[in-house]
Amino acid sequence: MQSFTRHTGTSALLARDNVDTDQIIPKQFLKRIERTGYGDVLFFDWRYDPEGLANPAFALNAPQYSGASFLITGKNFGCGSSREHAVWALRDYGFRAVLGVSFADIFVNNCVRNGLLPVVLSPAEIANLTSRARLDTPLTLTVDLEQGKVSADGGFSASFQLEPFRRMCLLEGLDEIGMTLKHDAEIASFEKDRPAFTHHA
Amino acid sequence: MPQRTLFEKIWDSHVVCSGPQDSRILYIDLHLVHEVTSPQAFEGLRVAGRNVRRPELTVATLDHNIPTTGNRFVIEDALARTQVETLRHNCREFGVRLFDLDSPEQGIVHVIGPELALTQPGLTIVCGDSHTSTHGAFGALAFGIGTSEVEHVLATQCLVQKKPKTMLVHFAGALGNGVTSKDMILGLIAQIGTDGATGHVVEYAGEAVRALSMEARMTICNMSIEAGARAGMIAPDETTFTYLRGRRFAPQGAAWDQAEEYWRGLSTDSGAKFDATVEISAAQLAPFVTWGTNPGMSAPVTAAVPDPAQAADESERNGMIRALEYMGLRPRTRIKDIAVDRVFIGSCTNARLEDIRAAARVIRGYKISDRVQGMVVPGSQNVKREAEREGLDKVFVAAGFEWRESGCSMCLGMNADKLGPGQRCASTSNRNFEGRQGAGGRTHLVSPAMAAAAAVAGHFVDIRGWEYRD
Repeated sequence: MQSFTRHTGTSALLARDNVDTDQIIPKQFLKRIERTGYGDVLFFDWRYDPEGLANPAFALNAPQYSGASFLITGKNFGCGSSREHAVWALRDYGFRAVLGVSFADIFVNNCVRNGLLPVVLSPAEIANLTSRARLDTPLTLTVDLEQGKVSADGGFSASFQLEPFRRMCLLEGLDEIGMTLKHDAEIASFEKDRPAFTHHA
Repeated sequence: MPQRTLFEKIWDSHVVCSGPQDSRILYIDLHLVHEVTSPQAFEGLRVAGRNVRRPELTVATLDHNIPTTGNRFVIEDALARTQVETLRHNCREFGVRLFDLDSPEQGIVHVIGPELALTQPGLTIVCGDSHTSTHGAFGALAFGIGTSEVEHVLATQCLVQKKPKTMLVHFAGALGNGVTSKDMILGLIAQIGTDGATGHVVEYAGEAVRALSMEARMTICNMSIEAGARAGMIAPDETTFTYLRGRRFAPQGAAWDQAEEYWRGLSTDSGAKFDATVEISAAQLAPFVTWGTNPGMSAPVTAAVPDPAQAADESERNGMIRALEYMGLRPRTRIKDIAVDRVFIGSCTNARLEDIRAAARVIRGYKISDRVQGMVVPGSQNVKREAEREGLDKVFVAAGFEWRESGCSMCLGMNADKLGPGQRCASTSNRNFEGRQGAGGRTHLVSPAMAAAAAVAGHFVDIRGWEYRD
């Protein structure tokens, strides 16, 4: 799994609350059996018009957001469906971190297993970044997970926290399954003690 | 031992050992699998040379991507067909039981788990699907996971988790006539918001919850995720035990007695502390109808679409303006004046036998409106067979509804069942997100009886005044 330690890049702004995973990647793209190839269909219904051309009214199509590796958004980003395809699409598109006021639980679980960093900032800090990202010139940010710091040109600086396990997943790009399998003896012993009526299937 | 909540009892009894940092390795008793979120997980196992640790605790079905009409065994969509065949292949290769399309027990994963009593009190249950919270109605700890976690459970029968917080939602008093568990959960989400329970496992309690059937309890727990909750649960009681007894995978004989004794201990100790508590007066709930593009945007059927001018802050106002524009609605339109083009009775939220019966009772002796296309998609083959045995299919067909085969269908529109752009639908499903039921489609979430009444009237009506012809 890919790790995240520190990254500098430009930002795109999606100034909305409650962006659900159906918007991040609509259902018709969940039929594939691969983990990659979702970047072009990220935010499909918002990003393209019915003829398949870029919708100029959609934020991500603005020229100053082209090539962005950070996405700035509002609260409750990633709510709804558990589809990991949403995270795969954000990563394939080129995003390394999403900065918002809050995130949905399953979305965060999916993020940390795919090298996408969810950065929770205060509403005031997001409002500050939002106004900077509205300008015509690209907003360059540096996000440092080891230090727990976001900084921007022009004096912006903020701290963020991530729960220790999730932080470790991202910093080290862990093979979580391999890690759990090291506890094989404990799992086997736990299984032996399970009551018989739970072995039903 | 300190006083513990229902959740804490189940959590504590499933911690295998500490994991890295603040995490715990949690044992999973039942892993449900479907075709959409599993192919990459099985492929991951294959690439790493790993096996499914406990195939007998893993159960798969086909539901999201399958036709509900015509010959359901022929899937014309090549991508969907590949996904279905991939699950079949993976189940064969790794020795996982599959309830395939030709199985008399096939159905939506969250309908068949309980129906077959795979779902039981006190278990930990996961599935690569956010509506896994449904199974919490039995006093299980059940939650949705992503595909990487699906792979983790396949390989280890465990998950690495941080302990969530707890929330008590207490429904005091009794529901009025015509008000259902769908309205309880929509009422809760309207009150606390779509992120109101984020980070929490919710326990639903109170007189109104105790009075509910198992099927009605499943509807509440199902939509816990729409309030952001990690899971929703209800302590098991006689209603739970009566439902489970004798079902296919329920314990039998002495094993049942042993299980029941254990299950009876699965309730929150008096004095146990929750991190948050919400009080709701069940008696004051009305039938709800969503008007916007998330499940928190709803109003009682007697009310009107709100005016963004009255929003609490700018962010809420912008959200409302966007939602009303997408939904093609004006502020202050009466809910009862909203006309519908389509009616969908189905989904893991509301496609169980009681839901089908409630809708059938409303339409018996009526025809649906000329302007409405109605479809009923039973949650499982068992539901379909039982409804047909009761003659309910004939009631729907006589009224002008289509009677379909079981599957997820137009809840998410992965198959051919979709709304067209601009079409407005009264739906018994769980999400009214933009495009959820088809690009440009407009979804209003309601209970099965409210959906049926809207089909007849051609617009929303208050089910509490319905003239039943039975």
